Amino acid sequence: MKILFFGITRDIVGKPEFDAGEFKEIGTVGDLRDLLNAKYPRLKDLSSLNFAINEEFAEDSKAISANDEIALIPPVSGG
Amino acid sequence: MERIIELVEDLDPGKVYEELSHPGSGGICVFFGAVREATKKRKVSHLFFESYENMAIKEMNRIADEVAEKWNLNKVIIKHAVGNKKVQEPVVIVGASSAHRDSSFEACRYLIDTLKEKVPIWKKEFFDDDEVWVSAHP
Repeated sequence: MKILFFGITRDIVGKPEFDAGEFKEIGTVGDLRDLLNAKYPRLKDLSSLNFAINEEFAEDSKAISANDEIALIPPVSGG
Repeated sequence: MERIIELVEDLDPGKVYEELSHPGSGGICVFFGAVREATKKRKVSHLFFESYENMAIKEMNRIADEVAEKWNLNKVIIKHAVGNKKVQEPVVIVGASSAHRDSSFEACRYLIDTLKEKVPIWKKEFFDDDEVWVSAHP
């Protein structure tokens, strides 16, 4: 599983991506959210934080598989 | 409906008429978004845009599908810039062409509003002494 960080989440985490070998016990997007919030508490200060699995928005209940590409999507601000 | 969807370093606003013109279109409506010199009275030096490229293209295509469903259009364009952009430079171009003007006006508004809401692109504002990811915090 690969996790990508964009915008302010990259600044908070300090890198653009990592291989999430250390997160072996993750079952769902919600589990990953809880783990990341615990490790990087500044994520909780954001207006919103969505997740994408393989380039599609994913709810917290969505299961994560070993080969998925996960992305953190902080509030978008294009335009 | 034909579509032109791109993320690019530099937008060329001069090409858009040609890109949207179509023998069946009597109306073409285009919106340009540009870098403004100030935010809440603070002077902006430049903006930086980044995207989650593959997902952004997917979401832009989804928006094009939606306007094709809602209105009778001949062509649609959705282009967004990435990288550093100076004051007055264009950062986004959306537009539609249709037989009559109502459809292209309405579709154009929908294109920019939905892009700003859904497409994974992020903007950082640079001030002389600070830098801020737009909308990140309440």
